[in-house]
Amino acid sequence: MDSVPEHCPGTESESAGKVSACQGCPNQSICSSGAAKSVDPGIELVKSHLSNVKHKVLVLSGKGGVGKSTFTNLLARVLAKSNESVDVGVLDLDICGPSMPRMMGLLNEQVHQSASGWSPVFLEENLSVMSIGFLLNSPDDAVIWRGPKKNTMIRQFLSEVDWGNGLEYLLIDTPPGTSDEHLSLVQYLKGLPDIGAIVVTTPQEVSLLDVRKEIDFCRKVNIPIIGVVENMATFVCPKCTKPSEIFPKDSGGAEKMCAELSVPFLGSVPIDPLVTRHCDEGTSAIDTPSACVDAIQQIVQKIQQYTGGH
Amino acid sequence: MLDGVKHVILVLSGKGGVGKSTVSTQLALGLKDKGFKVGILDIDLCGPSVPHLLNIENSDVHQCPEGWVPVYTDASQTLAVMSIGFLLKNRDDAIIWRGPKKTAMIRQIINDVCWKDVDYLIIDTPPGTSDEHITVMECLREVQCDGAVLVTTPQAVSIEDVRKEITFCKKTNIKILGLIENMSGYTCPHCKECSNIFSSGGGKSLAEYAEIPYLGSLPLVSNKQDIIQLDSMQSILTRLTTH
Repeated sequence: MDSVPEHCPGTESESAGKVSACQGCPNQSICSSGAAKSVDPGIELVKSHLSNVKHKVLVLSGKGGVGKSTFTNLLARVLAKSNESVDVGVLDLDICGPSMPRMMGLLNEQVHQSASGWSPVFLEENLSVMSIGFLLNSPDDAVIWRGPKKNTMIRQFLSEVDWGNGLEYLLIDTPPGTSDEHLSLVQYLKGLPDIGAIVVTTPQEVSLLDVRKEIDFCRKVNIPIIGVVENMATFVCPKCTKPSEIFPKDSGGAEKMCAELSVPFLGSVPIDPLVTRHCDEGTSAIDTPSACVDAIQQIVQKIQQYTGGH
Repeated sequence: MLDGVKHVILVLSGKGGVGKSTVSTQLALGLKDKGFKVGILDIDLCGPSVPHLLNIENSDVHQCPEGWVPVYTDASQTLAVMSIGFLLKNRDDAIIWRGPKKTAMIRQIINDVCWKDVDYLIIDTPPGTSDEHITVMECLREVQCDGAVLVTTPQAVSIEDVRKEITFCKKTNIKILGLIENMSGYTCPHCKECSNIFSSGGGKSLAEYAEIPYLGSLPLVSNKQDIIQLDSMQSILTRLTTH
């Protein structure tokens, strides 16, 4: 049941269920009846539910552990702090490894259900967070799900979270890769206006290798790229204050990759043990001035310019 | 399935970017140095890193009557590698697959690669506890698997995800060979001062808390060639080969 036939025409194809590869496929009768062609009703649901969310910003990276969640966390805090009348929502789509509850300092919070849907957890008056982490009983609980179950969860997150009177920004933090979560997200957001992706990477080629794939993914599914953020760029030794490159730009770094692929480069963020510690402890890293926070502020300004103010 | 493979070691971590592929390749190189014949199977379909880390990116996989022939790193043919990276036409191409297709691919790779005689097969996995992991566990039920090596960084955000992976191993009855703390301390190349960029000690306390063996810590280094020479790496290798 697990394997897809090699020459499967795809469920939406005219010849679904009718070509030779469909012979013996357990889904052949469903495909040939045309039932598989019908549009997922979830798409309309998501569309109407997110109609009062202005900017949908996806934070992506092909590679894991490059700082997607850290960046999402800092971006959300900076956006919410810079203007108190701007409402910011954060949606953590990393089902198997949610990091948002910890980074936002909301570890033992729970999500409540009301008539208008799931109520997100509020960190500030104008900053709310939704993550699967809030639904687990214990930090040891593993979510061992195959794709379809994750898709259902993502649809619910997109169509059933009560973001209140609407949001200016919905920041969507994603897991690494280009698979189920990403495809579902893109499928449900299809046709909605004001979507953009921020791609996070670290400077070394092993990360850029995966990030190029993610950019290829964005292009294939028609998601505009706001720009690329290079994280963990340099490290300034606290003792001798000299900079060094922990993750060397062995192939020229993110800026060169951006030039090659003609996508905007938003900036480099240095690695800062203090910011790491703030994220581990869930406290706000943006209140202590540092080179890292400066770099983030500048990147946020570029994102604000892209989205037009606020 | 996996005929001629004597030991299978899985490298897992709930978290991405903690160094699973680096640890996998270094373990393989270390075992090779000790005279074993080693194979690496990279099942990270969306972000294969092993071909790049071993500098064999432009190699091709060939077919033989017994199945797919893996790529060998040198003429001695003591380190064999199989990765989806070898099958892509262009290195920038994204594999945009949902679960069932990934499952089929992994099954095919596990079934059809002809490893010949391999003492240790190291399986490098993507982050998470989803399709790829469930499939590998299912396939490995039919062969003898030594167990899993878990990799984490010292940060709480990483530890948190690895705790989920430990639960996954327990639920699927995979023995945990031990935990490696990676990126634990960076030595400034100018003044030799060691900074704990991603904090420190998290791996050890997790191992104690979860009652799993702690294999040791590896420092954050810019030059990965140095890792294999480290005492901590040598002691990890000894523990894995003598368990």
